[in-house]
This record gives sequence, structure tokens and C-alpha cells, in this order.
Amino acid sequence: MSGDAAAVVAAVEAVAERIQAERSHLTDLDSAIGDADHGGNMARGWAEAADAVADLEDPDAQTVVKTAGKTVLSEVGGASGPLYGGSLVFASQELEDGVTPETAVAFAETYLEKVQDRGDASVGDQTMVDALTPAVHTFKKSIETDDLPPLEALAKAVAAAEAGVQFTVPIRASKGRASYLGWRSVGHQDPGATSTLYIMEELLETAADHLDSEVPDVDASSPTIPDAEAAGE
Amino acid sequence: MVGLVVVSHSAKAAEGIVEVAAEMGGDTAIEAAGGDGDGVIGTNVDRISDALAAADDGNGVVVLVDLGSAVMNAEVAIEMHDGEAVIADGPVLEGAVNAAVAATDPKATLESVVEQAEAAADIDKT
Repeated sequence: MSGDAAAVVAAVEAVAERIQAERSHLTDLDSAIGDADHGGNMARGWAEAADAVADLEDPDAQTVVKTAGKTVLSEVGGASGPLYGGSLVFASQELEDGVTPETAVAFAETYLEKVQDRGDASVGDQTMVDALTPAVHTFKKSIETDDLPPLEALAKAVAAAEAGVQFTVPIRASKGRASYLGWRSVGHQDPGATSTLYIMEELLETAADHLDSEVPDVDASSPTIPDAEAAGE
Repeated sequence: MVGLVVVSHSAKAAEGIVEVAAEMGGDTAIEAAGGDGDGVIGTNVDRISDALAAADDGNGVVVLVDLGSAVMNAEVAIEMHDGEAVIADGPVLEGAVNAAVAATDPKATLESVVEQAEAAADIDKT
């Protein structure tokens, strides 16, 4: 198995363990504003996904991601199946040439687009899109504009996702089960944004292990001062 | 004939809606895809895929859905289905009844059945 495929297998296992560890916390968040099934459904689905990718024989990174996505799609009921699993399957098309900084950016953008499209959600609806959007934007800019090393770019993306999760607390839900609560949804952290952050944190930890590095200590701010003239805007 | 699939969070609701629609639907193939497969409230893409396959005789399937994840899981199942299937943007029970009746028209097409299912949104009750 190639190095990047092995890293993706390790990432799926790490996500499965983390979601299992956070299972009751996710369910508590979901009990407040939803149907209290997020922790259980996600834990079951990712555990099955970890088993499925472990059974693959000499897979490439794309096959690992696709297999994990298909398993999550089938095993996780409700909206999380299509949102997490379906989007992984769809975005895996970007990993035909394996995982590089460039393909990772394309993967992240395609994943975000699919989640937005499938859930018909935008930033500010109190959904996982609120965590994903700042993460994907920060990752893309860190790689493409700031030329940061991939691990640092990913660490910044995680910091951005964390800010996005906090953003879901004081706003009103406009999509998903929580939207039925109207104003009563204000003041609650979105479970989907939270599990999205956990997944990203595990991707970062696994990437650091894989690169034999420490997770860099960063915040989501950019190191560069924008030069509008130079950008031609 | 155009077939129908009813997707609901509740297996009982899906089966009940099929029961009501079938009374008016003659030979129309109407499949229920309710619940998440483990006896729990929810929807599941594999159940919907199986229902699509069972309802499709090659003339396409109209899919009636209830809330949220029913729509998303139906969309994914339709993308994976080898054939034509369309979600009707209408109320799940009234739409299913309308569609079941529309499908019995010898000249029915996928479009005409979807149109009738969606027209159920305008049914006046008072």
C-alpha cells in the first residue's frame, strides 16, 4: 500500500475511535435540538467504515476514501449518511492521483460543495457548513496563496473549523431538524458542525503522525497582508 | 407502468400511505421505504434503492418523501439507480394517492405522474 493510502486508512480508524469516544457528547448536543441519534449513528457507521477499509487489499487512497464513504452512506441513517458518506464518495473523484496538497484542496472544495448542495445549506444556517466553510477556505488559501506547509495549512483549517463550531452557538437554525425549533435553537452548538471538527482534528493528528511531525501551534489568521493591487483585484 | 416509492421516517407511515394509495392505484407498483432498517425512526439509502429497483419496470419511478433526510437519501438512491426516478415536490400522502391514480392512465408518463403528485399540494381541505 502506498504511503498516502496507509495514512488515509489510519485516518478512518482514528475518526472511528474519536467518534466512539465522543458518542455520548454528540448525542447530548443532538438531544437538545434534534432527534438524539447523531452520536450513535455516526459511531456505528464509522466503526463499520474502519472495518471496511481495513479489509481492502492494497488499495489506493481514492479507493479507501470511497469505501469509507459508501459504508457511512449505508450504515449511518438519517441525514448524516448522505451528508458525510455521500459527500466522501463524490469528493473521492479528486483523489485519483493520490493525496497531495493540490488534490487535498480540490477534495475539500468538492466535499464542501456537495454538502452545501445536498443539504441546501449556507453559512449561518447552524449546520456543519458553518464549520466546513471556514475550514475549506482557510485550507485553500493557506496552500495556494500563503504557500504554507500542508500540515500547517491543515492545522489552520482545524482552527478555522473550531471558530465555525463556536459560531453555531449564538445563531438560529434554518436547516435540519433544529430549524423546527425556531428561536429555541439559539444558544445550542450544532452536533454536525461538532462532529465535522472532530473528523478534521483526527485528519490533522493522523497527517502529523504520517509526516513524523508535531501538530503546529497556529490560529486561523493569515500570515500575509493582502495586496489588492498585486492580486489584480 | 410508472412505479411509486413512498419514503418516510416511519416504516408504519410508509406502509400506511402505500395502503391508502394502493386502494386507488389499480396495478400500480407502490413500494414502501420507511424507517432506517433497524426498526428506528429514520431513512436509509439502501432501503430506498431496493424499493426503486422493485417499483421500476423500465417506465420510471415517482418518489414521494416526507422530511429532511428522506429527501437527501432519496436523492442519493436516485443517483445510484439504473433507471429514471424523480422526487415529487408535494405532500407525501396526498401526492401518493394522486400519483397512484395518475399511473393507471394508459397514457401516463413519468412527467404526467409527477405533475399529478405535485398538484396534490393545492388540495383544499376547508
